[in-house]
Amino acid sequence: MTAPLATIRVTRAFGPAVEGEAVVSAEGFSPRYDLDRWSGLITKPGHKLEGTSLRDRICFFPTAKGGIAAGWAFYDIKHKGIAPRAFVFGVTNPVMVQGAVFAEIAITEGWDRSPAELIRTGDWVRVDPGRRVVELVRRA
Amino acid sequence: MRLTPDEQAMLRGERGEAVRDALAYQIRVGEFFGAERFVPVTNAHMMGDIEVMGDGGFAYLCATRAKRARCTIPTTTNARCVDFEFAARFDQDEAEVDKERRLIDALREMNVLTTDTCINYQTLYQPHLGEHVAWGDTGTVIYANSVFGARTNFESGPAALAAALTGRTPEYGYHLPQHRRGTLVVRLEAALGDLADWGAVGKIVGEKHQSYYAVPVFTGVERVPLADELKHLGCSLASYGSMAMFHMVGVTPEAPSLAAALGGNAPADEIVIDDAAIERVYAGYALTDRSANLVVFSGPQLSLLEMKALSERFAGRTVHPGTQVFVTTSNGVKSAARRLGVLQSLDAAGVVVLEGVCFYILQNLSQMRVRNGWTNLISNSAKIVNIIGAHRFNTILRRTADCVEIACSGRLR
Repeated sequence: MTAPLATIRVTRAFGPAVEGEAVVSAEGFSPRYDLDRWSGLITKPGHKLEGTSLRDRICFFPTAKGGIAAGWAFYDIKHKGIAPRAFVFGVTNPVMVQGAVFAEIAITEGWDRSPAELIRTGDWVRVDPGRRVVELVRRA
Repeated sequence: MRLTPDEQAMLRGERGEAVRDALAYQIRVGEFFGAERFVPVTNAHMMGDIEVMGDGGFAYLCATRAKRARCTIPTTTNARCVDFEFAARFDQDEAEVDKERRLIDALREMNVLTTDTCINYQTLYQPHLGEHVAWGDTGTVIYANSVFGARTNFESGPAALAAALTGRTPEYGYHLPQHRRGTLVVRLEAALGDLADWGAVGKIVGEKHQSYYAVPVFTGVERVPLADELKHLGCSLASYGSMAMFHMVGVTPEAPSLAAALGGNAPADEIVIDDAAIERVYAGYALTDRSANLVVFSGPQLSLLEMKALSERFAGRTVHPGTQVFVTTSNGVKSAARRLGVLQSLDAAGVVVLEGVCFYILQNLSQMRVRNGWTNLISNSAKIVNIIGAHRFNTILRRTADCVEIACSGRLR
């Protein structure tokens, strides 16, 4: 395993260790409000990531938005093969956690350094819930 | 997590496979949040319909039923995606509608009351101060925590179902007193004469403090707020801010005073909301496309009192040709409205009243939008204006009277 270029320590974490391409959002997220659950694209008009696919990505969101329906949505998009590999939240809500645990998608909450300062969309990152770290593996 | 002997027996499978799996799932969630134990819950309210669950969720539900799952506490369902009376008219996908029927059957076999309402707190069950429940959608949660002083987190469909099967939920978040203290103060100086104004307050506060753990404390309320007003405020706070609780000094049970509501917390922010702030919300919507062919009263479902008030606003008027107006409510409210003549008045005006659904989760909504040439969605609900974005509506919040005027004139204002 190559030495990471940077490391973020997270407060809480669940799920398998995964690697993937980062999508770093300045805006919060709801899989119901923002995501087209048939294409995996962010479709909410005006969302800062409008048009971006979350499939197989490691998604960084400062906050969670809404909504109870998200609990089934993660399982649904995983079933359809368009789920992200991990969610890294600054602050999340129980629905995101319940949904990610249910779908067995890695999820973390809380960070000691803001990803916005370290990681750019397209960078390759590793999320290791067991060690409670997110690591920047290589730049895009 | 520390497990009681009873919970250890569940985990060994002594209450069946479904209970074992549900408890194991709840432990994984509880451990994420550092929960030390479970708390018993008296009531579960779950979201479960084919639009939100998809085929994967439906297969999971059928597999759970096959394990002879049976809810051990009263369990009700949230609004769903099909009103079967209107499925054909809406050209909803027959295969999905059929799945919805089978899904309802599966839930009933598991001892779920398929009430299909998001206003259970107005129509079905009112937990008391300190009572632990496991509820979703978010509007039900914030109402339970704030207005009743009951205790619940946002419980998504799978989590509420697990709680229904085990009769308990992990003790974290709003089950714990330390999370229930106010974290910011909001002074209300606006007139707040319409439900939409209360929703606008929720938008202002929620957008500024987007966090599940933010608990606004409202002060300056000079008249008795009505249940429907607190409903629209709560739904909006939960939607824009992902918030699960608020206090209102002198109104809600855990806020006899500002100091009691804050519980020793220093407020992170102090916001003043006056009439100008509310007007700025209404002025903030893009009206580039002037179409006014869709007006929706939904998300949350309407109470009987809201239905009656709306029928009076539409009395003697008719919806403009080419404009469609939808109301959503529960079966119970619609039945009562029919008996009381309220439904007939709305019907005479050309307003379509749907039961058991929420507009934003209607099966096939994106296709319905395209087929009907809907671009703008006008509503008095700040919540639905926020949540329907992924279906690519341009949404516009307006006061109830303005919504009615737009509906009857076909002109945006």
